[in-house]
Amino acid sequence: MTTTYELTDLDQLEAESIHIFREVAAEFERPCLLFSGGKDSIVMLRLAEKAFSPARLPFPVMHVDTGHNFPEVLDFRDRRLAELGARLVVASVQQSIDEGRVTEETGPRASRNRLQTTTLLDAIGEHRFDALFGGARRDEEKARAKERVYSFRDEFGQWDPKNQRPELWNLYNGCIRQGEHIRVFPISNWTELDIWEYIRREGIEIPSIYFAHQRPVFERDGMWLADSEYVTRMEGEEVVNRTVRYRTVGDMSCTGAVDSNAATIEQVIEEVGATRITERGATRADDRVSEAAMEDRKREGYF
Amino acid sequence: MELLRFATAGSVDDGKSTLIGRLLYDTKQIFQDQLEAIERTSEQMGNEYTNLALLTDGLRAEREQGITIDVAHRYFATPKRKFIIADTPGHIQYTRNMVTGASTADLALVLVDARNGIVEQSRRHAFLASLLRIPHLVVCVNKMDLVDYDEAAFEAVKAEFREFAMKLDIADLTFIPVSALHGDNIVERSPNMSWYEGSSLLHHLEEVHIASDRNHVDARFPVQYVIRPQSDAHHDYRGYAGTIVGGVFKPGDEVMVLPSGFTSTVASVDTFEGPVDEAFSPMAVTIRLDDDIDVSRGDMICRPGNQPNAGQDLQAMVCWMSEASRLAPRTKLAIKHTTRTARAMATDLQYRLDINSLHRDESAEVLALNEIGRVTLRCTQPLFFDEYRRNRATGSFVLVDETTNATVAAGMIIGAGS
Ligand SMILES: Nc1nc2c(ncn2[C@@H]2O[C@H](COP(=O)(O)OP(=O)(O)O)[C@@H](O)[C@H]2O)c(=O)[nH]1
Repeated sequence: MTTTYELTDLDQLEAESIHIFREVAAEFERPCLLFSGGKDSIVMLRLAEKAFSPARLPFPVMHVDTGHNFPEVLDFRDRRLAELGARLVVASVQQSIDEGRVTEETGPRASRNRLQTTTLLDAIGEHRFDALFGGARRDEEKARAKERVYSFRDEFGQWDPKNQRPELWNLYNGCIRQGEHIRVFPISNWTELDIWEYIRREGIEIPSIYFAHQRPVFERDGMWLADSEYVTRMEGEEVVNRTVRYRTVGDMSCTGAVDSNAATIEQVIEEVGATRITERGATRADDRVSEAAMEDRKREGYF
Repeated sequence: MELLRFATAGSVDDGKSTLIGRLLYDTKQIFQDQLEAIERTSEQMGNEYTNLALLTDGLRAEREQGITIDVAHRYFATPKRKFIIADTPGHIQYTRNMVTGASTADLALVLVDARNGIVEQSRRHAFLASLLRIPHLVVCVNKMDLVDYDEAAFEAVKAEFREFAMKLDIADLTFIPVSALHGDNIVERSPNMSWYEGSSLLHHLEEVHIASDRNHVDARFPVQYVIRPQSDAHHDYRGYAGTIVGGVFKPGDEVMVLPSGFTSTVASVDTFEGPVDEAFSPMAVTIRLDDDIDVSRGDMICRPGNQPNAGQDLQAMVCWMSEASRLAPRTKLAIKHTTRTARAMATDLQYRLDINSLHRDESAEVLALNEIGRVTLRCTQPLFFDEYRRNRATGSFVLVDETTNATVAAGMIIGAGS
């Protein structure tokens, strides 16, 4: 009998991510996992669960809550964290507004997306977190394509793309001074399709809004925004009922849905395989402003 | 499906961005919005055609300067394989980027302009690929359209490259004549070069045999993290979590733990899905032992009959990656090797290598940014290592400056001793 020692692509990606989770848990004092309720952070939770099983997660989970959530996502968050026995930290944008740390935008294009950065950085300071796991992937966007797995942030939470630490083999440099922190991206090398295939393979539950459903929506900038109390419609923006699903999950005021009949994970995978528009391009108003939009926000300390 | 990681290198304007753009475009990885964005930018920049190279030009500063300045990662898949590209800039001062991008690559793809032949940078890239022991090297002789798809031009580049490569340790060397701009020999064999009998680039990437490149002989398990659930259900559980970096581990295996030298037997190899019959590199698992011995992060689990070197003194090829400082004898740094961190001092710089001529300059006294040399290091604690040529994971390390916390060097171990 000849045995071949080969791992599938998903197994290799999984192993790499688990390695990163363990490395951080071993070397940092106060790590924390950022959870948005989106599919990427759901996969992150599963990977973290695997990395430390049968023990519980050795760090809390933080949700930066814009107050503009999809209710389905909040339900999901609470159920899943209870199942894992994980500790939840909520950092509230509403609270930052109430305390005068940030000013709410006004007008029909108001979004709390940018405000999140302050709320996040305040929470990092308050809890003295030194490492934050994020679910960003390098295939999402050009600036991310160049970001390290361990992404150093200075005491202002800023990323300096010109001054990144070289990252070699699977050796990660987590050395920081007080007040600085590292954003850690364990699924850097996964693609959108990898995420979906993994969700299918593992039988991971995800919030229902990822599957086709009926929803009152209106069209803005070529995408469907949910009609909700958080967005003011502009003239000519008519609400219609459509069968849609979400490709990413974020703030309700700026996350767009796509027309879709994909009601099962198999159908979603088929659709993702055939689709011709990137997930951020299709559904995130926040990234469309300019080609360098993400890079600018990241420099300021965004996720 | 298998995963192939490859690094690309070429000097500026050899057509690397165009080649990668072409690979992504022809394998249908380019999305409509990305295409529209680069069409807009091409127009603004006054290009006559949609510049596929823009697909891979990431950061704003780079777009402004029109050059690639940091390692960027790209992803694409065909029905046969998934690919991760570490796109490393070929600019002269960015040796450190190529080293960074190439450290985990299965294959290196070096571009040469058919009109210019081998230039200083090509030698540098070939040398770095061999230094980092990337198992497969592919040389794409690009811009064949500008030499009338002439076989003799291709053969000339090939001969010149081979002559230089003989001095290097390259296991598998392949040459492919291409035109990235027009797509010749990228996905399909080109009708313009019927004299060429090899595979197209994509076909080669899909077929090159990588399964046997990993070390499945020497069992090596650097302990990363100790799992001790504080729960009733798993009261007595004590597992050593980590990533296997060599060999195979099975329940019942007799193992030795370094540095203590204690031996025990593998009780089980656990994963989230349950125990497995055997585990191999690069699996991330949790090993439990039959005996209650003291094991912690930084320890190495191996077989008593096949141990790595253990010692405080090592010889290594070091690539210096810091602009702000230099490596000189007596420089003290932190060293990260597998899951161990110690302090290290350079006790000797034996020579600095001129990576164009491969000349060894024994009179050199320091290593500066992007310089490579053979260095002797003394560590405050023993490390458990193999030669880099035998195992890329137990043979590699990085050095960190303890005052700035910057990663200042990458090292590839040649052996023990002072
Ligand atoms: N004629 C021709 N031009 C090419 C080819 N590949 C790239 N170029 C051109 O060479 C220039 C540099 O290419 P680019 O991909 O930006 O090079 P990089 O600096 O290596 O990334 C551009 O003007 C390309 O259009 C080729 O195969 N044939």
